[in-house]
Amino acid sequence: MSSPAANSRFTGVDFYDADRLLSEEERAIRDTVRTWVDDNLMPIIGDCYIEGRFPKELIGGMAELGFFGANLPEEYGCAGLNNVAYGLIMQELERGDSGVRSFASVQGALVMYPIFAFGSEEQKQQWLPRLASGKEIGCFGLTEPDFGSNPGGLVTTARQSDAGWVLNGTKMWITNGSQATVAIVWAKVGDVNDPTSIRGFIVPTTTPGFTAKDQKGKLSLRASDTSELHLQDVLVPSDAILPNSSGIKSPLMCLTQARYGIAWGAIGAAMACYDEALRYAVNRVMFDRPIGQTQIQQVRLADMLTEITKAQLLTLQLGRLKDDHLLTPQQVSLAKRNNVNMATDCAREARRLLGANGILAEYHSMRHMANLESVYTYEGTHDMHSLILGEKITGLSAF
Amino acid sequence: MSPILCVLEQRDGTLRRVSHEVVAAGRQVADGMNTTVDAVVFGQGNIEGLEALGASGADRVLVASHHAFHRYSPEGQTATLAGLAPSYSTVLFAATATGKDLAPRVAARLNTSCATEVTDIVVEDGRVVVTRPVYAGRAIQRVRLTASPAVLSIRPNTFPVSHTERPGTAEPIPVPDFTAKVEVVEVKEPAGGALDVGEAAIVVSGGRGLKGPENFSLIEDLADALGQAAVGASRAVVDAGWRDHSAQVGQTGKTVSPGLYVAVGISGAIQHLAGMRTAKVIVAINRDKDAPIFKVADYGIVGDLFEVVPRLTAEVRKLRAEG
Amino acid sequence: MKIAVCLKRVPDTTAKIVIAGDGVSIDPAGVKFVPNPYDEYAIEEAIARKAAAGEGETVVITLGTDASQETIRSALAMGIDRGVLLQTSDHPDPAAVASLLAEELALGEFDLILMGKMAVDDSQHQVGPQVAEQLGMACITAVAHLDIEGGTITAEREIEGAVEVVRCGLPAVITCDKGLNTPRLPALKGIMAAKKKPLDIKPVTAGQGSFEVLSLTLPPDRPPGRIVGEGPDAVPELVRLLRTEAKAI
Repeated sequence: MSSPAANSRFTGVDFYDADRLLSEEERAIRDTVRTWVDDNLMPIIGDCYIEGRFPKELIGGMAELGFFGANLPEEYGCAGLNNVAYGLIMQELERGDSGVRSFASVQGALVMYPIFAFGSEEQKQQWLPRLASGKEIGCFGLTEPDFGSNPGGLVTTARQSDAGWVLNGTKMWITNGSQATVAIVWAKVGDVNDPTSIRGFIVPTTTPGFTAKDQKGKLSLRASDTSELHLQDVLVPSDAILPNSSGIKSPLMCLTQARYGIAWGAIGAAMACYDEALRYAVNRVMFDRPIGQTQIQQVRLADMLTEITKAQLLTLQLGRLKDDHLLTPQQVSLAKRNNVNMATDCAREARRLLGANGILAEYHSMRHMANLESVYTYEGTHDMHSLILGEKITGLSAF
Repeated sequence: MSPILCVLEQRDGTLRRVSHEVVAAGRQVADGMNTTVDAVVFGQGNIEGLEALGASGADRVLVASHHAFHRYSPEGQTATLAGLAPSYSTVLFAATATGKDLAPRVAARLNTSCATEVTDIVVEDGRVVVTRPVYAGRAIQRVRLTASPAVLSIRPNTFPVSHTERPGTAEPIPVPDFTAKVEVVEVKEPAGGALDVGEAAIVVSGGRGLKGPENFSLIEDLADALGQAAVGASRAVVDAGWRDHSAQVGQTGKTVSPGLYVAVGISGAIQHLAGMRTAKVIVAINRDKDAPIFKVADYGIVGDLFEVVPRLTAEVRKLRAEG
Repeated sequence: MKIAVCLKRVPDTTAKIVIAGDGVSIDPAGVKFVPNPYDEYAIEEAIARKAAAGEGETVVITLGTDASQETIRSALAMGIDRGVLLQTSDHPDPAAVASLLAEELALGEFDLILMGKMAVDDSQHQVGPQVAEQLGMACITAVAHLDIEGGTITAEREIEGAVEVVRCGLPAVITCDKGLNTPRLPALKGIMAAKKKPLDIKPVTAGQGSFEVLSLTLPPDRPPGRIVGEGPDAVPELVRLLRTEAKAI
């Protein structure tokens, strides 16, 4: 069967008329990204995924439309959108591919945001417009080979010298690492056991001693660059430090921003899988009727739609809370944990509904299924978010 | 009742085939109103084929000659028609590129609207009632035209041309003075003078199933074997740059109504169907038996088009050779 | 250069058509309304020409109900400078639409008036030339290629198997066809800026018109067809059926 997406554009999933809860601008923004994804990403993403290639030729188009750091202020060259609009951008990008959405998450929430939140005015003026326009590509160096779920234990050091700061350490699982022109590196300026001594540093990747190397052999997020960073006596000027960064809570604040976008993104992936499964089910005939007319497939589709609808309404409220400055990191944890988990279920069930065709890259569900395993794991694993919620609810840490 | 006026088209001194369809449609209206049919044609010098218009239903053929009329001349033809039209009850055009440009200008002079691309006409209580497709063919509208004269354009390839033994007379008519604001400076013909999908009696269309532009030779061979056939294309292959936009059949391309439409390697997306679903006979060739095209096709073959199409071409050639 | 664009709000071409209770119109429930795709070529052309000229003004004019304000804003989001809504809940026929547009356009002394060659809902293909006639302006329809040099327009349009090259001066009405350009997506900043751009609302009433819509119906279903067979071996039977049954060859 020819791929159903060939001639058809994505029209969304909206069983509870959540569109009524969006403003005209939010809908228009969502529709613009949706159309951009249909026109530019969908035709190439299957091949990119198989080739293990991030489609960097799309960066310019995304930048021009304002996808990067979209919720940061206009004075820095950004679109100045509210957080619901930002979330909708992430949703629509991930409807295309989690790896491409990861690029935008890193650029916006993990590179532009820390500069905005912790940087000096000079740093903001120097870097934010260039990151918004895609002239600079950033990556976020927090995770290390021995420090994933426990980022506070990182051992990259920054030692002050006459000439500036000298950074030493290794980072791993860094999205965009190998193509970044600038890295936000988190390092300890004091005792290596003291998480309060963590600070952020703006490190141009051409600085001597800085190398980035792609990690090979991935079976997930293949249309994304995932790299190791090595810093060997990397000397950066004194003003490379993000002056308002202070302890582990600074990178965690960045992660909260990214996790917020990921909660939306996961809905996009789930919608893509549901939409594909539904179109297939009504067209694919077996035993003289469409498989969509069988009870087992209808239960699958009903379950997917239910989870998507719940996630949509939950996440919209999360966005409104964020816009009203009432958001807590634990609220984000709940949404990220729920939405990614339900999306992995949707992807898997859609893959199964598609039968043999579902293993081909021409269809999207298995690609989403594989990608979502990374999304389940990164930005706080599902299990870590369980403990974040548990601690918040009970007041007792089970870490 | 005032007579009916049919506006004809000629190209390079030869009457275009669609002109007979306009006359046939005009005849239908005239019979409903018990009146006569005049046909008007614009040209410079001799125009071939006018004698046959009587047989198609024209009582008189009016020839407006002017040196500017060897090509389309909007102001001149509008001025001529604006002078004639008040003497008629109905003015009919063909919904060709030219007709769709000229008819509204004439309608504007008459302070009325034109009903564009009409597929059927009846006369009820002395008034013209037309049927026309709307919403890209997804709905049909019936409209009573209340102005006098009523102005409309007919969809090509829709009104059957009759052949009667009616004589027609041809006479020249004067052309009023006019100032040309718009001038056709050149008409560029494509190499080989390919038949246009909108006009051909048979259309063979290719889609993404052909896998590459070079494989359109299969479609061209089949079109050649069928004779009087144009080569069409789905939107996907036009967007991919394999064929020119003028060949695109579908919602954002052309709507065609041929006697036979052969869809090769086309899945049958709604947007494509909108452009060809009124063809009299639809044949689909596709390797996927669940492809939506088979739901509208009268006849289908499920199979590899690279095997089926050459075989079809060969069988058609054999049939033609047998006469 | 002063450029006007006429824009219509129409049902999306993928919308399912349901006939309304009145039997002459469609039921708008659940239908997504969008800017007429052919008018989007006009919007893009206006924005691009103004940018190329480095000066000028672009205006979008729409006839419709208040719901059309969103449609106007989508053009403003793409980059048009300001909008005018000729507000009415009437459904005028093309000549009446042209009259109302012409009255508004006459106020603006535009060098160029652009719109799509037709709207995808009623497919009438005539508002452009009607507006031009009312304003006494030159008009070229269904343009797929446009050059403007020193006050002269050279346009190309397709005419069944050939291309007509047409010339006229300014001011002119040009109706746009696919192939003229690729309409841009609005930048996200542009979407936010749209609501700050001027949008004048002018109530109007349409004239009586000369069209009386008697009915709107769904087209008859084609009778079901059949799969003749599989593979090249099914071809002889297909040819036989086309010849004897369908009489198509």
